[in-house]
Amino acid sequence: MIAELGHYALVLALLIALVQTTVPLYGAARNDFSLMGVAQPAATAQFIAIAIAFGALTHAYVTSDFSVINVAENSHSLKPLLYKISGVWGNHEGSMILWVLILALFGFAVAQFGVHLPPTLKARVLSVQASIGVAFLGFILLTSNPFLRLDPAPIDGRDLNPLLQDPGLAFHPPMLYLGYVGFSMAFSFAVAALIEGRVDPAWARWVRPWTLAAWVALTAGITLGSWWAYYELGWGGWWYWDPVENASFMPWLSGTALLHSAIVVEKRDALKSWTILLAILTFALSLMGTFLVRSGVLTSVHAFAVDPERGLYILAILVLFVGGALIMFALRAPSMKLGGLFQPISREGGLIMNNLLLSVATATVFIGTLYPLFLDATTGQKVSVGPPFFNATFVPVMIPLVLLMAIGPMLAWKRGDLSAAMSRLWFAVALSFAIGIFVFWLHSDEPLAPVIGFALAGWLAGGTLKEFADRIGLFRDQLSKSLSKARRLPRSAYGMTMAHLGLSIFICGAVADSAWRTEVVINAKEKDKTSVAGFEAQLENVDRLEGPNYHLERATVIIRKNGEYVTRVFPERRFYPVQQMPTTEAAIHTTLLADIYVSLGEGSKGQGWTLRLWYNPLIPWIWAGCLIMVVGGLISLSDRRLRIGAPFKQAHKKVQENGLLEDA
Amino acid sequence: MAKYQLFMLTLAIIVSLPLNAPAVEPSEILQNPQLEVRARNLSQNIRCLVCQNQSIDDSNASLAKDLRKIVREQLISGASDNDIYDFLIARYGDFVLLRPPVKATTYILWYGPLFIFFAGLLLSVLFLIRRKRIMPEEPLSLEEKEELSILISREKEG
Repeated sequence: MIAELGHYALVLALLIALVQTTVPLYGAARNDFSLMGVAQPAATAQFIAIAIAFGALTHAYVTSDFSVINVAENSHSLKPLLYKISGVWGNHEGSMILWVLILALFGFAVAQFGVHLPPTLKARVLSVQASIGVAFLGFILLTSNPFLRLDPAPIDGRDLNPLLQDPGLAFHPPMLYLGYVGFSMAFSFAVAALIEGRVDPAWARWVRPWTLAAWVALTAGITLGSWWAYYELGWGGWWYWDPVENASFMPWLSGTALLHSAIVVEKRDALKSWTILLAILTFALSLMGTFLVRSGVLTSVHAFAVDPERGLYILAILVLFVGGALIMFALRAPSMKLGGLFQPISREGGLIMNNLLLSVATATVFIGTLYPLFLDATTGQKVSVGPPFFNATFVPVMIPLVLLMAIGPMLAWKRGDLSAAMSRLWFAVALSFAIGIFVFWLHSDEPLAPVIGFALAGWLAGGTLKEFADRIGLFRDQLSKSLSKARRLPRSAYGMTMAHLGLSIFICGAVADSAWRTEVVINAKEKDKTSVAGFEAQLENVDRLEGPNYHLERATVIIRKNGEYVTRVFPERRFYPVQQMPTTEAAIHTTLLADIYVSLGEGSKGQGWTLRLWYNPLIPWIWAGCLIMVVGGLISLSDRRLRIGAPFKQAHKKVQENGLLEDA
Repeated sequence: MAKYQLFMLTLAIIVSLPLNAPAVEPSEILQNPQLEVRARNLSQNIRCLVCQNQSIDDSNASLAKDLRKIVREQLISGASDNDIYDFLIARYGDFVLLRPPVKATTYILWYGPLFIFFAGLLLSVLFLIRRKRIMPEEPLSLEEKEELSILISREKEG
């Protein structure tokens, strides 16, 4: 009964979304306030209806209602409660419900908080947002309905893929979807602006927080996924340039570009057409990520369903929305008013270079991911594009970007002084050299790549710290005065400083791990010893135990350094009988400077076990760097000026229009 | 038909083998550490042909295991890295390389991003030039100048 209720709520949501797409749009064209007014209650009702559907599906999972096909195929009565819940989105149908739920949530948020938005813009945004909802609700009901029944109901379910039964992965899809779908806001605002035919700073003040929120969620989602891959797959790596990873990385790259160009629109009323184009492309990449993962064009853990019909449907949605938006862009953009003037050497100019390089980076990943498919489809030739290709092409684009990241924030809006900025960069140069020399001294007998990588990270950290110090007048004014300046600094400034420092820390981790990771593979019997990177590891014993829905072997490995006890770790090897699938649970001993990573392979008491040990230097810095970026984004998001609908102080605005106050 | 068979083979391997068991086994490792380092480096650049985007270093499919063995055997018999790549390309085509060779069919892959960079740079420059022509810079009005000096003095005090 409850499943039918969910099904009904989904149909209802589709009908509401249809009304929300058409009526307010027509109302906005006729300037009819009562018709435009339909948008707000419709958005609320649509959200409630989808929430009911989502709740109904969750109920079916939690109560293990195996008469629902979706539950029978993806759940099991013995599964822990957390994974019963996360199992809702651990499959194709359920994950699409989560997708539309988040989509409707964003529409609901605009309806609730958009009091200060011009009424026609608000009506059009909600209408565009609802049209995406129509497409995906239709997709769910026609091809991916999770509420279909099974008769007779099986006694138990087929369980969720054991790899997905993991706390890291329980929250990876919701975060990722918040990011993907969050960019739908930027898209809806962009299309609404194209319909309106105008973009003003008020538009950017709206788009920026939504983009930032989506970016924060996407960063967190990708980080969780990468962290999961690191500890769950048992390979010791954290990024594989797998097409599915790339599918989430592309919207991140272009979303990062969008985040920066939206600043220019807000502060300087320039780059408007480009920002709109970027908003469309970023959402297009999000949709493409969904298409690639869901269509089975790429097969991996993520491709729950290899079903060409579904793929074609999503492809049709992609073509319709992106094609439609681009045609509209081509028609409307040329008539848009040009905004504030600026010299090539200026903050605006720096941000243009930022956008150019991030676009090239996106293109690199895009071509690398899709060219093999394209070549196969057109000529039948097969070509492999793997990590060695991406390392060779992606990294060279990132180097100038990081170099620029230290310079750009030091340039003033409108007209910057490059030589003044350069003379302020002495600290970046000094830090870069100091770190580079230190790394060279540590590893003088090895290739120079890590030295360059660390020098680059030092350059970025130095430039970012110096910019912050100059802004609050540290070492120039009295300390008390600096502190009071620091207090008055807008939160977005803190956000930028943190996010840029986070990237610098991330670079250290990535460079160190790729250059100095050491791996040892041995066959060990109980009490056998081996050593990795100066640590001694001893396999104490291996126990056979029972988990809630799996059997396991758990090894006890003692780690010592110079004969002294450091820690004891417990790598596991699990076997899930329902899915007939083994998984490895690596044991990781984390310190600030490195991870010791132990993974247990196949084996037996007589033969011994395959034991893999890695010493991964600075790898915790990768997650720390990403986390700092996320926190920086959140701090920036809490900025009063970004708070939705917060009116600008008049004086402040005037100053900004004249481009005098350097405050972001 | 061959494609279908390859697909079914791939499917069979994906289904039958755990995705997450790492590859290189203790018994495969060479005694000579220098050769072993070369073997690992080579393995990371060679595709496991029946897997989804995995190198033979990462995959535990039986084909990957055979290829790892071949690489090591050839290393022991004194082959250079390029000899081994050539041998594998002759046998399996460019598909076996995770870093595709630069040739006519892969120009777009290798030089596409570079082209986009220069095209974007050109467009940015043209955009800046065009803007300047359309919108000449206006000098500040008397009112604006006054406001400016007030603001500057206020900033100095604060």
